[in-house]
Amino acid sequence: MARLDLTGLTTRPAQVWGGVRLVPLVRDEPITQLRLHPRLHDGVGVVDVGDGTHYVSYIPHGFVAAWTTDGTPAAAYGTELTREDAPRSTVPVRFHRRMARRVDKNRLRFLPLHLALEGYLALHFGGPDVVWDEWSQRAIRHGLSPRAEQAYLGERVDGLADAVKVFEIHPGQCGVAVYAADALAAVFVVPHPDDYRELHATLVHDMYGELVYQYALYSAPVRQFEVRLPDAHIRTLADLRAAANRQQAEWSAFHGTMAAGLLEPSYDIRRVHRMGGFTLSRFLPGFRVKEENHIGELITDSRGRTAYLKTFRLSESQIRRGYLLNHLSAHGWRMSDAAAALGVTEARLGTRIASAGLGSLLREDVLARYRSAISR
Amino acid sequence: MDAVTAEDMLMFVNAATTSTGQHEFHHTAREQRLSLEFLHEYVAGNYRDLYAATLAMDINDHNAALIVRRLLETTSEATPEQRATEGALIARRLRDLPPQRVYDVFRALRRAKVNNRRTRAIIRDWVAARPDPALDAVKYRAGLKNALRHAHVVPDAPEVGGFLFARDHRKRYETPLLDAWRRAHYEHTAVYELPYTVAEGFAAKHGIDRAVFLERIEPRLTRLERLRLQNTARREKTAVSVDLAALPLTRLASYVLSLPVAERVDRRGELTGALRAAARRVCGRDAGRWGRVAAVLDDSFSAFGSAVKRRRPLAVALACHFLFEALADRYVPLWTSGRDDALLTHPLGVTPLGERVLDALEHGPDRLLIVSDGWDNAPHGLAAEVLRVWRTKLDPDRRVGVVHLNPVYDVADFDVKRLSPLTPTLGVRDAEDVPALVEFARFTEGRTGLPELHAHFATRTARYLEDA
Repeated sequence: MARLDLTGLTTRPAQVWGGVRLVPLVRDEPITQLRLHPRLHDGVGVVDVGDGTHYVSYIPHGFVAAWTTDGTPAAAYGTELTREDAPRSTVPVRFHRRMARRVDKNRLRFLPLHLALEGYLALHFGGPDVVWDEWSQRAIRHGLSPRAEQAYLGERVDGLADAVKVFEIHPGQCGVAVYAADALAAVFVVPHPDDYRELHATLVHDMYGELVYQYALYSAPVRQFEVRLPDAHIRTLADLRAAANRQQAEWSAFHGTMAAGLLEPSYDIRRVHRMGGFTLSRFLPGFRVKEENHIGELITDSRGRTAYLKTFRLSESQIRRGYLLNHLSAHGWRMSDAAAALGVTEARLGTRIASAGLGSLLREDVLARYRSAISR
Repeated sequence: MDAVTAEDMLMFVNAATTSTGQHEFHHTAREQRLSLEFLHEYVAGNYRDLYAATLAMDINDHNAALIVRRLLETTSEATPEQRATEGALIARRLRDLPPQRVYDVFRALRRAKVNNRRTRAIIRDWVAARPDPALDAVKYRAGLKNALRHAHVVPDAPEVGGFLFARDHRKRYETPLLDAWRRAHYEHTAVYELPYTVAEGFAAKHGIDRAVFLERIEPRLTRLERLRLQNTARREKTAVSVDLAALPLTRLASYVLSLPVAERVDRRGELTGALRAAARRVCGRDAGRWGRVAAVLDDSFSAFGSAVKRRRPLAVALACHFLFEALADRYVPLWTSGRDDALLTHPLGVTPLGERVLDALEHGPDRLLIVSDGWDNAPHGLAAEVLRVWRTKLDPDRRVGVVHLNPVYDVADFDVKRLSPLTPTLGVRDAEDVPALVEFARFTEGRTGLPELHAHFATRTARYLEDA
């Protein structure tokens, strides 16, 4: 368990459009040994996870990471657009071998956010590992398969496309924090300002959780943070400039509190791929109910600095599912123990599992017994 | 009430100067048109006299056409005196508008079924005053035909009536241009006697090679057609000569910004010279009289405008840069991006207006001019605070005159976006109008009342009608 480390990145004043607030993150010193490039896919893809498991998803784009090992700047690899002029009546299906796959000695193709999401989908994917009576045959044989989760394409998130379009990129900007109705929706960080400039528009191709979609849809326009200069002690132009500079520092500190839900908790970070001095990993949150929970993926350099980061905010029901699975697993998949730890009856826990969308784990007659116990 | 009227009218003049109903950086064409239509309806309904008098101001052609249309559509609401002034103003303004826009107005009137006696008289007089009826008959055939039919006018010029309405019965025309049009249907050489826009259609019909066509039509091109065809000519490896020095300043700035940076570097001397000459022509006797001038010029990403108004806000800023240089005794330009080579400017990055205003004030200028769309975002509202503290604490005697010039209409405000209530903000269409606008700025500071504003409108109207 570790925290996310965003040292080297400073926040700049936010830009607001409707209910969406975009906070630029600026890197004092760009990372030149690792570069990212976009790859457009735009279509439904089947991804081979590697151990015989496959999953189907809408995959709008992919990234190519290029790196060097001797500290020299990575060469910018030409962007390859793979959009086909095939007839639109059929949906193209693309087969992706592995989510992170080496395309060359020093290049890695990966599908942004899919690493993170797959980590979440695969959570206790095998199902109960102790065969207690309550679990259904299906759960024991096939685990949670097939497992499905919903996400919304950025274009569908109300106002996001416009906000991204009219956003003015800061000099040296390497990342952005996206807020919908002032709830942190996603954080996106890249190694180099040139990469950011190229990848800025891909924010609308990303996936966003249901919570973000709903917040953006029903949000009133959020307020700009108005600058207020206290003018009582200003006598000269130099005082005025000093007061203006203080504003910048205050804003940075304030953004720290806004993003606390992402940066404060610790995460279960797992390494996926090593590339030169860089490590590609994904992380899962502690699944704390009724709090912010983000999953994501990151690339860190040898000193642990974040070179690339992309996060996805889970919706409430997704958090509940993760929480219940973790809780059951922690108590050896024994219903009575798990219920006792929560301080509820077994029947209550059973209906909670069912209403979280994991009802197929329980045997039908057991579930019916739980339900009748509650209605009595 | 008076204060409200004055404020509404200044808002309307700003809107009518900047909005063109086209897509802007932040708002779509539909939002622009909707907002503008509401504003026209509101002003025409409440202040009809002032609404008509706006025709005498430096508003853009799009809004002039809208005003003319609305006045003619609502003739029955006007008193006899109002009709007399309105009629004179409309006739005068129509003479200033480009003919294609006037024909569009007439077409819109026909579509709206506005055919009162005043409308017919205005159409009749305007058509009669056209310098070359044969040219109009060829170049704006549909427009002229529509106007004549709508106003029941028999054209004075011989053959034009027959050309428009019954041309099949003629073997040939006495008027050379009309006859050229007839022959152009089957004769290549006749194509080059026609105006460019008409000839282009015939060239396509005959399949004439583009390079050959451009070379031979060149003498018939108008000034702006020449400017527009520069890139086409280069692509076709032929030359269309253009006299850059004779072009209006803002138009020239737009042209410069349309060139790739490498070419701007190569032609630096020529382009800078042309821009300086155009700027000097605008300021005339005022050259060097503005004292120490500092300008904050917006070259942030939003200065790109939109696909239909490509780099328009930036072109206005660039034109203003050269204009201020000519007007000032000592001049400090401050671009928001921090770059200092005006000729190579392109839209990029954020808008730290507050910081740049501070930089500008440090130079101790007599005048501070800000050319920006007003979307101050790094951080939001810092420019307003800096200007407020400066005005209230550091410069309460108004030693430094601050004016904000804004080239973009903001649909939510029904006005151009303001930086601060203490700073006058003016809509600007062409940099050429800036000297007059800066004089007009005193009205927007809220210190002059409605009587002065009425007087200003009256003098402008009288002067406008005089130099017919």
